[in-house]
Amino acid sequence: MADITLPRATEQSVAKTRRSLGPRQLKRALLHVILATIAIAWMIPLVSAIYTSVRTFADGTANGPWSFPPHSFTLQNFVDAWTDGGFSGYFLNTFLVVIPAVILMLLLSSMTAFVLSRYRFRGSRLLLMLFIAGLLLPFQVLLIPVYRLSNFLNIYDTLGSLVAIHVAFELGFCTFVLHNFMRTIPKDLTDAAAVDGASVFRIWWQVVLPLCRPALAALATLEFTWKWNDYLWVITLIQSTNNATVTLGLSGLRGEFVTNWNLITAASLLAAVPTVIVYLVLQRQFLGGLFVGSNK
Amino acid sequence: MTTLVRGVTKVFGRKRVLSRDRITLVLFMAVPLLIYAIWVWGPALATVAISFTRWDNVSAPQWIGLHNYTRLFQDPLFKQSLINNFIWLVVFITIPTTAGLALAVILDRKLKFTRLYQSAIYLPMVLSLPVIGLMFTWFFKPDDGLVNTLLGLISHGNISPGWLADPHLALAAVLTAAIWRHVGYVMVLYLAGLKGIDPAMREAAVVDGANEWQLFRRVTLPLLKPVTIIVLVITIIESLRAFDLVYVMTNGLEGPNHATELLATMMFNAAIHNYELGYGAAVAVILLLISLAFIITYVAQVMREEEEV
Repeated sequence: MADITLPRATEQSVAKTRRSLGPRQLKRALLHVILATIAIAWMIPLVSAIYTSVRTFADGTANGPWSFPPHSFTLQNFVDAWTDGGFSGYFLNTFLVVIPAVILMLLLSSMTAFVLSRYRFRGSRLLLMLFIAGLLLPFQVLLIPVYRLSNFLNIYDTLGSLVAIHVAFELGFCTFVLHNFMRTIPKDLTDAAAVDGASVFRIWWQVVLPLCRPALAALATLEFTWKWNDYLWVITLIQSTNNATVTLGLSGLRGEFVTNWNLITAASLLAAVPTVIVYLVLQRQFLGGLFVGSNK
Repeated sequence: MTTLVRGVTKVFGRKRVLSRDRITLVLFMAVPLLIYAIWVWGPALATVAISFTRWDNVSAPQWIGLHNYTRLFQDPLFKQSLINNFIWLVVFITIPTTAGLALAVILDRKLKFTRLYQSAIYLPMVLSLPVIGLMFTWFFKPDDGLVNTLLGLISHGNISPGWLADPHLALAAVLTAAIWRHVGYVMVLYLAGLKGIDPAMREAAVVDGANEWQLFRRVTLPLLKPVTIIVLVITIIESLRAFDLVYVMTNGLEGPNHATELLATMMFNAAIHNYELGYGAAVAVILLLISLAFIITYVAQVMREEEEV
């Protein structure tokens, strides 16, 4: 391997010392132009939303929403969304759904993944397949019965109904990912603990779970984002404004303030803040997370 | 039973499984399975049963056999939804997947600013679909949206399509938003896949004199096959699940002349808005049947990888 990489390295350093614009540099520059153009084009919807959100409604009507430079700068739209728009309540509700849901789904799926990755018994593969197959079901297939079930259990229009379906549905994906990860943990480790007399519960809690921290972190980030952004289950299971989450509150703004796009864009940006923060802070886990364990 | 006992004894280094451990193991499997059965597989089966009934959500459901399905196949709205879902699927399986793959291959070269480019393209995945939907509604607004403002500048006000209000363009506008989001997803999946490829494989091909296209076509792409299968399945399932963007962007759920009606929105309208639970369930069953083919492909691929390890 060393003699393969070597010529490339020298060739590169020679090119660098010559400082000429060889075909390699030209191609590289071209790639940067293409990538930068795409990246900038990709940001246009977001940037235009930000631009709208910091202007006053009066400025937009008087000078047109895209006049540049803007005749106003304000953060009042964000304040209005947070207070009058009710987003402080929507945020609280969403956190009250997402945090317990993520903790519960990780705990429960780590149990199944632990058993399925450590023990082979009749039907263990079938059970794994059931979990994996379920993770791709279209939500619409579950919608009517889950809606009826929530009514039946008297949890319709409560945050609990959302926690329940989120935890249950994501068991498939989390079990799948954690199972993949746990298989890479050497059997000797758990065997040694067993020989020392540790109970199965202790092996799970004190040996396997701490080792799964990277996978759990990756899953927590992904699931936080997915559940924060859920819309279908909220509009199916929640009716009252008091129990609305961020996505429901957002779509409700359109009816209430039909023409105030400054407020709507501000609220949209607010709604995205937690997931953007989670993404930026945990970027590495986020990207690696989708394939944890499968490539080692 | 003997295999179970033998397997368990092996794991525990010939020690017998204590009864407290047995209880833990059973609980570890049973609790999540029960929840999964009640909220996922149970409802999926119940939907199939409901599709054979007439049910208004108030009185008891009435068994009507295949009536919902015969009605479905005569319903022009169903045909429209199927066509739209098909268009969505074809567009989704071609444009964002190719773009995502190309971007991943380029970004895998570790150019400068890779992180920055990657973040810009991935960022939409972090936003919720209602946020994206509202942003693009604002973007495509006919009178003073950014798109038409720019078009107006270029054409001196001669071109100003209605986008979401135009039956011919509404689906395209919604799809633009969906593609904007999906490219980053595909890119990230492929980037993760490319990281898993042994660099020696590609270096060997370079030594053998392969040019870049040959390298991609004959080495990289075949090695990415498992990722490609996952990307395709996810893309297909995402297009079958598509709902939120249509719901938010064409406010009235189905757009002008049902131009953006999809199976998912049709199902939701029937069940939740019109209280025709049986009819809605029939649409859901059609969705399930279409998905099932891809779900099986996916499970087979995953299980195959499982055996390789």
